[in-house]
Amino acid sequence: MDALGDLANGFATALTPVNLFWAFLGVLMGTAIGVLPGIGPAMTVALLLPITYGLDPTAAFIMFAGIYYGGMYGGSTTSILLNTPGESAAVVTAIEGNKMARRGLAAQALATAAIGSFVAGTIGTLLVVLLSPLIVDLAVQLGAPDYFAVMVLAFIAVTTVLGASRVRGFASLLLGLTLGLVGIDQVSGQQRLTFGVGQLADGIDVVVVAVGLFALGEALWIAAHLRHATAQVIPTGPARMGREEFARSWKPWLRGTGIGFPFGAVPAGGAEVPTFLSYVTEKKLSKHPEEFGHGAIEGVAGPEATNNASAAGGFVPLLTLGLPVTATAAVMLAAFQQYGIQPGPLLLENEPELVWALLASLFIGNTMLLVLNLPLAPIWAKLLTIPRPLLYAGILFFASLGAYAVNGTIVDLLVLFVIGLLGFMMRRYGLPVVPAVIGVILGPRAEVQLRRALQISDGQISGLFNTWFSITIYVIVALVLLWPLINRFIIRRFRRRPEHEVHVGHAHPLAELAEEIAEEPTGEPTGPSSEQRKPRSIR
Amino acid sequence: MQGRSELGVALFLLALGVLIVIEALRLPANPGQRGPVGPAAVPIVVGALLVVTSAFLAKDVLAGGRGEPEAGEDVDLSRGSDWRTVLLLAAAFLANVVLIERIGWPISGAILFFGCAFALGSRHIVRDIIIAFALSIGTWYLFDVGLGVDLPVGLLRGIL
Repeated sequence: MDALGDLANGFATALTPVNLFWAFLGVLMGTAIGVLPGIGPAMTVALLLPITYGLDPTAAFIMFAGIYYGGMYGGSTTSILLNTPGESAAVVTAIEGNKMARRGLAAQALATAAIGSFVAGTIGTLLVVLLSPLIVDLAVQLGAPDYFAVMVLAFIAVTTVLGASRVRGFASLLLGLTLGLVGIDQVSGQQRLTFGVGQLADGIDVVVVAVGLFALGEALWIAAHLRHATAQVIPTGPARMGREEFARSWKPWLRGTGIGFPFGAVPAGGAEVPTFLSYVTEKKLSKHPEEFGHGAIEGVAGPEATNNASAAGGFVPLLTLGLPVTATAAVMLAAFQQYGIQPGPLLLENEPELVWALLASLFIGNTMLLVLNLPLAPIWAKLLTIPRPLLYAGILFFASLGAYAVNGTIVDLLVLFVIGLLGFMMRRYGLPVVPAVIGVILGPRAEVQLRRALQISDGQISGLFNTWFSITIYVIVALVLLWPLINRFIIRRFRRRPEHEVHVGHAHPLAELAEEIAEEPTGEPTGPSSEQRKPRSIR
Repeated sequence: MQGRSELGVALFLLALGVLIVIEALRLPANPGQRGPVGPAAVPIVVGALLVVTSAFLAKDVLAGGRGEPEAGEDVDLSRGSDWRTVLLLAAAFLANVVLIERIGWPISGAILFFGCAFALGSRHIVRDIIIAFALSIGTWYLFDVGLGVDLPVGLLRGIL
């Protein structure tokens, strides 16, 4: 109950009029930017980082809480009202959500997404509040080898779970680690990979990397392939739902929360797998399985709640271990570092006011989102029709502004340009961007822990796995490495058509699979009879 | 054709890996080194892993594996890359880099925005110029005056 008392103090900080204003501004800007097509939650947070430079840390993080959930919610609005999904975690939402919207149920789809996000976000944040102090108690006992092991796990999870190709995931991670090496070595004070450029001695600013990979790389990539046909936005009134929709939604919300939170709280590589699991679960349990693939409300409610619960769960490793497991969390970590604050087990002790105000703001931001988004849905829908040249010009404008504002030097703009080109290349050749961002941020810290552990053991390599905790983590690492094999086996079992047309617009093979499951004829879900119905004889 | 450019990615990783290892080996020996692991160890490992990854990637590409270009709401992958637009955007971006400390953000930022919008096919010249200056002057006031983050004012010193 101690945690709840601290939380009450957090509310006392966050509920002052000034801080409420920052939270409101964060929610509003986060949603508005997040709704814009082509801008995912991570880019939203990265682009809005500079706005907080002039604020004190507490106000800045209160604002961030709003931006964080606002950006998430904005993304799902985009995928429901536009015909193609943007960021990968919203892909599953888009399958049923967009079909609902086309059936004239846009308001209901947006409502179940908004209320589901609120329910999941609130429960998830409450779990963060209750769990974090317990995990901190555990985390303070961890030593250098344990931290190094956890970071290795984060690296492996983010490279193997995301994207279709593991070798490309590793390539991306290594590119990130390379960028992280640039600058003065924290232990010996020697310059590495600076090539004599003085301004690189401090290392490449994480904000510049995040803006370069997410904003500039994305804008350049889209510019090279800009769709000239105008996107079809489905018109909508204020989001609302009736009794029947509510009755069909509340269980998927709760189940989605249950599925999403644990996946977010352990370094498991983002929200894609849990949203997919939620979708499959809802289809199995639904009383209307025949509606799946044609706009079933459960297929929006479940994955949307999952997505938000997983985002909330991500705060547990971020606040207690300083470990970001998603791109958005990685950018949040960059924001912490901007203020010289190191997230980790000591954060709660050193900055209790900030942490509890942040957590309280997550509740406040979540509530504001609900209040704002139900009536404002038609306005958000209008944002989707913004002329694309202005939208992407705006992204380049704010990316340049943000990168320059970090240190006030044009070297950062040149670095931004190079990293933007790197981001372009990665998108062109299917290298996922998230592992690179995680690599940049965690790489230097993993190196410090590695060297500290080896210093303690006097160079003995066994010093890296001499605790039960690190051994456990390495066992999990081994399992994660084997997981894609198991996963692939499951996908093969599910897959009906061995070769199928490429679905443009799907960032993840799981999304394709989900779509296939959606189209699957209903009836008894498995068993020999469904086996016989398979149209396998095509080949 | 695409396969060949994919091999270019493997080559890039290889070159980067070799570069990092060479740079690491050239680090001067540090007599005051603390601990058994010096500053060169991790770069050597990262560089070596880059070389290994480049080999695996090349093997994957030669076996017919292709990286899947990223899709998105506004991305049309059915046609080839529009390099003209990308080059014009790069020019607008670099123009701002060159100009920001000479003529100041209120003008260079407007050039950046207008140049990008033009490159991306917008032909509402007057509207775009108005939006560009509204954004650059607005952000200058917001950051420099409102938030206390320095942005060069340049030519418009005394006017803004």
